[in-house]
Amino acid sequence: MRLRKLLSGLIAATILLSAFAGCNSGTPSSSDTGDTDSETSVSTPADDTSEEDGAEEGTTAADATPLELWTFQEVHRSFYETMAEKWNEANPDKAIDLTVSVQPFDDMHNKLTIALQSGEGAPDMCDVEINRFPTYLEGEPQFMDLTSYVDPYRDDIVAARLEVYSKDGVNYGIPTHVGATVAFYDTSILNEAGVDYKEIKTWDDYKEAGLKVVEATGKAMGAAETDRTFIYQAMLAAQDADMTDENGDPALDSEASIKALSTIQELVEAGVDQTIPGGSVDAEEGYGAINAGGYATIISPLWYMSRYPAYMESIEAGRIGIAPIPVFDEADYGVSYGGGGTGTVVTVQSENPELAGEWLCWAKLSEEGNRDIWNVLGFDPCNISLWEDEELTTDESNQFISFFIDNPFDVLNTIKDDIRTIKSTYAVPTIDDIMTNVVLPDIIENGVPAEEAAVAAQEQAVNELGL
Amino acid sequence: MIKKFFYNQKVAPYMFILPFLIIFCVFFIYPMASTIVMSFQDVKPGMTEWVGLANFQRLFGDKVFFKALGNSFLYMVLTLVLLIPFPMMFACMINSKLMKAPGLFKSLMYLPAITSVVVAGTIFRLAFSETEYSLMNQIVGMFGIEPVRWLRQQGTGFFVLLLVACWRWTGVNMMYFLSGLKSIPEELYESASIDGANGWQKFIKITMPLLKPTTIYVLTISIYAGLAMFTESFILWNGNSSPNNITLTIVGYLYRQGIEKNDLGYASTVGLVLLIIAMTINLIQLRINGTLGGEED
Repeated sequence: MRLRKLLSGLIAATILLSAFAGCNSGTPSSSDTGDTDSETSVSTPADDTSEEDGAEEGTTAADATPLELWTFQEVHRSFYETMAEKWNEANPDKAIDLTVSVQPFDDMHNKLTIALQSGEGAPDMCDVEINRFPTYLEGEPQFMDLTSYVDPYRDDIVAARLEVYSKDGVNYGIPTHVGATVAFYDTSILNEAGVDYKEIKTWDDYKEAGLKVVEATGKAMGAAETDRTFIYQAMLAAQDADMTDENGDPALDSEASIKALSTIQELVEAGVDQTIPGGSVDAEEGYGAINAGGYATIISPLWYMSRYPAYMESIEAGRIGIAPIPVFDEADYGVSYGGGGTGTVVTVQSENPELAGEWLCWAKLSEEGNRDIWNVLGFDPCNISLWEDEELTTDESNQFISFFIDNPFDVLNTIKDDIRTIKSTYAVPTIDDIMTNVVLPDIIENGVPAEEAAVAAQEQAVNELGL
Repeated sequence: MIKKFFYNQKVAPYMFILPFLIIFCVFFIYPMASTIVMSFQDVKPGMTEWVGLANFQRLFGDKVFFKALGNSFLYMVLTLVLLIPFPMMFACMINSKLMKAPGLFKSLMYLPAITSVVVAGTIFRLAFSETEYSLMNQIVGMFGIEPVRWLRQQGTGFFVLLLVACWRWTGVNMMYFLSGLKSIPEELYESASIDGANGWQKFIKITMPLLKPTTIYVLTISIYAGLAMFTESFILWNGNSSPNNITLTIVGYLYRQGIEKNDLGYASTVGLVLLIIAMTINLIQLRINGTLGGEED
């Protein structure tokens, strides 16, 4: 009898526990959502309190217009809430009552798809990740035309970043950052092998240095990522090429694409780049491996800066150097490309699209907003005049400026004139899928020749898109 | 008047089944009809156009779809092999008079079924992580084996998937078999004992045939569940994409196309093909077993 009681107690407890655990899995988890291309960043426990703050502050303005915003990034919330507060101070006549709802990456995008597809339930505004963006522009875009709201700020903003969230010349999404891709070097490993990262200009230099590193330390020069395409895209951009052709159709078997994939494979076969647990430098397991000092180089958009203080405790300040990415031809050194990103949109279902558009563009494109994008989020702001603003660039109290050997803005300013774009077309979500699920695992782990993998990928993409 | 209506012998039965009928129509018939229609369309927000058989053409040239189909099929077959004989055996053991504390084992075997698969999947994912510090790699490390990249290879990936399936469903299937066993009259075993039958003969000649209705039921739902598997793979690989699509299932592919890529027309085609496959297999299976239209025993 007692046993039975004990058992039923145990079962009840399990049900309860799993139910709660189920709830838990619904709360935002920033890095483990499998999203590798967004500019995910630090989420601190302190952010959790801001929800209440936001709610309280919202109720103070009696006639404030309620606006709802969805995001998949905890830190974006603090940014938006800060900007809402500042807006309300400056524009009491147009006050907004902003509710920011943070949801897991896939969940949020899928919910948005369903809401837009069914014509009901979408928020006023929403963060949409760059690789997902084109799916929403198919058919009649269910986003508001923000062109006229962007106009007042247009001259200050990197045009390419507005373009990736546009269709037929209409701006639908507001960018968050440039995402200039750079190389992060761990000098504690490089010094051991006698390598100076400032000397690495081409992929040949990189390979040579890598061989030295592997021989001297037994560690990897870089991470061969199967889950992210930044290195591949950077290699394409450096050749002035793209994943898609002028019509936006896939071009995965182009000469440039094969060259990029062959180079990635070559580096793996030479033992210079090695696979990383989790398939990405931007995943939990990956952080652990880098934290343990296993990889000398990380090639990533600049927003990767925030990962060091947040997830890699053993890596101390003054150890990581930042430099432009290696290129194929030394003359191209200093070329970069804007990787990853989030475009924030106003949906057609918004009841106050004018106010939402006006506030959103002010928050993300104005000089004031761009300062906070750097200060709060640690992203390279799209307003590049700020890159030379000494107040911002030499602020030693900023955690990123004091953490790295090189001032991030010094690196940004050397590559500023040639930050290229990888187009975001309707084919990109499919291409991204094929690259991370098939091509990269094939060439990195299964030894499939790069050219063969590229041709097969092109065939699959063309078929899957029904071309 | 109203009273008369409700007390009417002809109307009452329909009133009783009405709730079921409404739910069936709204959640089954309507979506199914809609899926069939959409599989011939290109569905985009704000515009829908008829494309004839274009979606089917795409489907039959789609390597990833066939990969997913193969995965789902393999998973179904392997789960049938594992999840019918073993639960049946466990049920017989628990039903045996020689068994100590059968209630305890019943509860323990059933516990996984009521555990959130999200939690379980996450724990399995971490246990089978490819780092040398993961639980499983530490265990195989004791035998001097190098860390295994569990979730990145076809064989080991499927092994983990099946392990989760067995962990989760053994108890449930066992319960089905247990309830089947309870309905077998004790006298049959007694008279068999008197005739000198041993335990194995009793199992083959009495238990197995009399358990047939239960077995057919378990088989039918297992075929469907195997082909429709999605959550386990989704959670173990932390999303819908596994390297080289090693564990992408048909439903996973449907989800990828319909929800992640917003191509509901193509996804409907995938869903329709899944429906046809699952129906065909089950109809053949039920026919062979004599449940449907075959000779009655």
